[in-house]
Amino acid sequence: MSFFSPARVLAILAKEFIQLRRERLTYAMILVFPVVQLLLFGYAINDLPRHLPTAVLVQEDSTFARSILAAVKNTAFFDLVAAARTPAELDDMLRRGQVQFAVTIPGDFSRRVIRGDRPQILVEADASDPTATGGAVSALAGLPAQALERDLTGLPQGRGRSVEPFEVVVHNRYNPESITAYNIVPGLLGVILSMTLVMMTGLGVTRERERGTMEFLLSTPAQPLEVMVGKLAPYVVVGLIQTSIILVLAKGLFDVPMAGGWAGLGLGIFLFIVGSLTLGFLISTLARTQLQAMQMAFFYMMPSILLSGFIFPFRGMPLWAQAIGSAIPVTHFLRIVRGALLKGQSLADAWPSLCALAIFVCVVSALAMLRFRRTLD
Amino acid sequence: MTLAIDVAGLSKSFGGRRVVEDFAIQLETGRICGFLGPNGAGKTTTLRMLCGLLTPDSGHGTCLGFDIGAQADEIKRRTGYMTQRFSLYEDLTIEENLTFIARVYGLDRRGERVGEALKALGLEARRRQLAGALSGGWKQRLALAGATLHEPKLLLLDEPTAGVDPRARRTFWDEIHALSRKGLTVLVSTHYMDEAERCHEIAYIAAGRLLARGTADEVVEKAHLATFRGEGAGVDRLSPELAGKPGVESVAAFGPTLHVSGPDPAALEAAIAPYRRAPFVWTKVSPSLEDVFIHLMGRVEEGSAPGAGAGR
Ligand SMILES: Nc1ncnc2c1ncn2[C@@H]1O[C@H](COP(=O)(O)OP(=O)(O)OP(=O)(O)O)[C@@H](O)[C@H]1O
Ligand SMILES: [Mg+2]
Repeated sequence: MSFFSPARVLAILAKEFIQLRRERLTYAMILVFPVVQLLLFGYAINDLPRHLPTAVLVQEDSTFARSILAAVKNTAFFDLVAAARTPAELDDMLRRGQVQFAVTIPGDFSRRVIRGDRPQILVEADASDPTATGGAVSALAGLPAQALERDLTGLPQGRGRSVEPFEVVVHNRYNPESITAYNIVPGLLGVILSMTLVMMTGLGVTRERERGTMEFLLSTPAQPLEVMVGKLAPYVVVGLIQTSIILVLAKGLFDVPMAGGWAGLGLGIFLFIVGSLTLGFLISTLARTQLQAMQMAFFYMMPSILLSGFIFPFRGMPLWAQAIGSAIPVTHFLRIVRGALLKGQSLADAWPSLCALAIFVCVVSALAMLRFRRTLD
Repeated sequence: MTLAIDVAGLSKSFGGRRVVEDFAIQLETGRICGFLGPNGAGKTTTLRMLCGLLTPDSGHGTCLGFDIGAQADEIKRRTGYMTQRFSLYEDLTIEENLTFIARVYGLDRRGERVGEALKALGLEARRRQLAGALSGGWKQRLALAGATLHEPKLLLLDEPTAGVDPRARRTFWDEIHALSRKGLTVLVSTHYMDEAERCHEIAYIAAGRLLARGTADEVVEKAHLATFRGEGAGVDRLSPELAGKPGVESVAAFGPTLHVSGPDPAALEAAIAPYRRAPFVWTKVSPSLEDVFIHLMGRVEEGSAPGAGAGR
């Protein structure tokens, strides 16, 4: 007898390969995972987001104003998607997250340019996601020198000017210092919650099947919905504890502002926890082994981190990636959490995201109930 | 008498392979029926179909008067099913497991019932021990206590005494008989012949088909099997020689004696004729249940029509 036998190693190796080949899901994971990751990193992540939705409030309809807006648009960083009539309306659009930027061209603008007063154009940026706004803001630097060049030639003030005809003032709203932690920490709440909750419930039911206790459970009068609710309820508590820990740390360690919006935040957290749990339950009805459940949970986490706006700005992603991102609860949850903590969004502001989460919960639990088999067939 | 189990035509396939085929059984209330058959015969599958854990591909019938398809919930509520593999929670304590069962069946006087069950089991002192830490035999006994906690009308037991010591097995069977006197119906699968003999009646299944049905004596009688018992010093050494002879279907040593069986008494007689010499003594005996089962098993393997041995 030798202590190391290559033959035995080969035997084991061959057996492992056979087992691996039979584990079709692992197989798929091995192949699909790198491809998906490559695609996501290669195409979906665009760290200088362009075509960010922008609202304008033009208080003076003039050639100059039109030229400036055209120049803003030409930077390719801004898409002028909405025109506000009042400052309040503009502010509203920004707070609701409908636009990333709000541009105000003040009244009396042309006259003051011609007088050489250097009037100001106000650009307000929603900096709750600073990575999204950074590129666009720097693109504004060249604006004053170039935007009115053509309009001003021929005018006496335009000839041989050394000073720029107007000023662009950028206001970073909601996260004035553009502190990344303000953006990342609330995002982490979503990622940590879904990672642990999806995985824990995913494993919970699969474990029953693997250990044989499912046979016992199914022979009792317990109903599928009872099983689901009974299994998930404890994890709601787990989720709430995790939430409290993260929020306390966010405040204590990172000094993340808590602007309010508690109603929306509370409802959002609840829906998100329930959504993650039902998804875990759905996974457990699909997976045959705990390993498969782990892999599925992992597979779900990848787009949740990459496509939700957690790390990379949502608006920087191509449309197909945004479409995938919109189907992921983390995306909506992040909007709710950031909106509440950084902007103090009201319940009404958070409504679209809350609805998206609610729809997710309903669809996923319906699927889970359909999939949950009451027999061992 | 009413029928506690009345099913017919039950079939089940897994991945295209017939595992149970055209299975029919009727069992009167209050009877104990032993369910026997070789490994892989389809016993577990049949028990699962009876309590709604598997959907039969075809067939119909009732358990406790409820349809096995449409009223599985009603059946589950009134049936205690003990799985072949321990299926209570190993990471719960003994008491927690019983309490869970009491809850899930919505029993009243939960604490009392659990306490009684623990006392009957003799596990009061170890109530806080994890079920997973119990020895195999104790797990079986806990599982049985779990299956009877909600006072079911029908007990489906899948090899309940596998790995249980003789004294505990006797206690177990005394308990089963006591329950049956109170009107409980029991269908119990087992591989032990002595247990088969303690049942009111038996059902023998092989390769998914019911081959024999009736009391132990009836099954032996209907098998039309001839058996000779050989005695005398060294008789057991004849076994390899005899096994190959025409007319001999099975040869089995029982301690110092040898059982030689075959379907045709004349051929069997001829086969042992050369060995009718001192010190051997041959007597024609009535075959044991085991002889009969081995005989039935052999016929299925040969692929001969299994219908002949069945009936009731
Ligand atoms: N879920 C399943 N999927 C595929 N095949 C199965 C399944 N369950 C049982 N079988 C097959 O059905 C046949 C009958 O199995 P079953 O467990 O009913 O036998 P059994 O009589 O209980 O055997 P044992 O005495 O070994 O417990 C076996 O060949 C088994 O491989
Ligand atoms: Mg079995």
